[in-house]
Amino acid sequence: MGKELNVIEIRNLTKKFGDFTAVDNISFDVHRGEIFGFLGANGAGKTTAMRILCGLSRPTAGTGTVAGYDIWKEQEKIKRHIGYMSQKFSLYPDLTVKENIRLFGGIYGLDDREINGKTSKMLSMLGMVQEKDKFAGELPLGWKQKLSFCIALIHEPRIIFLDEPTGGVDPETRRRFWELIYDTAEKGTTIFVTTHYMDEAEYCDRVSIMVDGRIAALDTPEKLKCRFTAETMDDVFRTVAGKAEREE
Amino acid sequence: MSKSYRQVHAIKGISLDVGKGEIFGLIGPDGAGKTTLFRIMTTLMLADSGYGRICGLDIVKDYFKIRRLIGYMPGRFSLYQDLSVKENLDFFATMFGTTLRESYGTIKEIYSQIEPFRDRRAGKLSGGMKQKLALCCALVHKPSVLFLDEPTTGVDAVSRKDFWTMLGRIRQSGVTVFVSTPYMDEASLCDRLALIKDGEIIGTGTPEQIIRQYPYRILAVKGRNMYPLLKALRMIEGVESCFSFGDAHHLAYRPDRTCRQTILAEAAGMGFPDCTAKEIAPGIEDCFMQLSKKWGKN
Repeated sequence: MGKELNVIEIRNLTKKFGDFTAVDNISFDVHRGEIFGFLGANGAGKTTAMRILCGLSRPTAGTGTVAGYDIWKEQEKIKRHIGYMSQKFSLYPDLTVKENIRLFGGIYGLDDREINGKTSKMLSMLGMVQEKDKFAGELPLGWKQKLSFCIALIHEPRIIFLDEPTGGVDPETRRRFWELIYDTAEKGTTIFVTTHYMDEAEYCDRVSIMVDGRIAALDTPEKLKCRFTAETMDDVFRTVAGKAEREE
Repeated sequence: MSKSYRQVHAIKGISLDVGKGEIFGLIGPDGAGKTTLFRIMTTLMLADSGYGRICGLDIVKDYFKIRRLIGYMPGRFSLYQDLSVKENLDFFATMFGTTLRESYGTIKEIYSQIEPFRDRRAGKLSGGMKQKLALCCALVHKPSVLFLDEPTTGVDAVSRKDFWTMLGRIRQSGVTVFVSTPYMDEASLCDRLALIKDGEIIGTGTPEQIIRQYPYRILAVKGRNMYPLLKALRMIEGVESCFSFGDAHHLAYRPDRTCRQTILAEAAGMGFPDCTAKEIAPGIEDCFMQLSKKWGKN
């Protein structure tokens, strides 16, 4: 497959902390515009791998590119060309909605004109024009989520990393959020997502399951279910991740 | 029971009963009021109005007695990070006037899994082991009621399953378990449950009772191009709601206004001729969504 079709290419990636191998020789590609589910039990090495992919940590061995930039040499460029959103950290609660947008726009190097344009577009798309001067901390969780998702896309990255974006929200909000993910993927943005909800694994184009630092399975949900003769991705996950030998 | 923090109504006139020896689940999203209710019931906070009893004792007047009768595991890990596993257990045992040796029988099954690490500092344990230690500390004085506030949040699917197996064993030993969770799939593991949203109980009963009260019928619809299909299905007359549930869409419809054949025909007319639709029983998650009355189409 041609290079331009892959947003992530990882070969033999390894990360050790002392004599502990957190990520153990993993290789995979993420195609442009796909929704890629990155699953694994707690302690399987997901966070360590994601930190490398986001340019926040260097591997011990292996090579790779993210958004076309080298994970060893171009970490700053990676940071500038990806989006990142996590439920744990998203918005500054004591800045207003508008101020949050402005802050992140500025961090990503957009000029005032661009930020103003993006702000009004984003507010009207989210139906949040009325809320623009409210503190982000006062918004309902579902709105916070949608807003931080859109803010993570403010610099139009080719790929966005979503780290457990839907934890703790009510079932309808969780599904509405996935509809936003679909809309974004349809426009060509690649989605890299982690989740503990196994029904959400079904919504991904392809899913990888990490076990003990390695990628134990990687395929479409359909093929994974077929291979493990499982009814649901929950069954697949339990079969694959249940073989883990190490704890966190 | 009601409680407000300045203008925020955290819980609004909640009433519920938990039977002796059952696993009672309080199920709802973040911000629904679960932790507030836990804090009031564990005598750590006063309600604005309403009253409550634990094992027949008043939660305000008899708070001191209640504290000896209950075990509480808060959502955030709150043991002493600088004490070892054994020191934490000894500490909690001493606080309740007992010893680890005396209560060893009660916690043996869970403690044996972390005993090899008894000299490790609690702060250096993995998430799973921390959880087991916290559970041991909450059980060390042989409580009658165990309060667990979101013990499985952020825990992977395999470990969640293990945790619920442990809860089943704790109940077998006669302890009543009051547990909260945002995961709807854990509902079926409770004897009875209350669904909570925005500070109100929107449904309560056994999982079967809640499911039986569901007012619509549900089709599990599959087809190619699932996302465009989802939007199309929502346009159909008589369809109350449609949301994705794993590899199928759950379409809720009113049987007095439409039926499976009509819906399939309409879908075909909108460019989805190869759908399959199967009548299925609703799950707790379907019920929760219906009960939260937040239906919206688009």
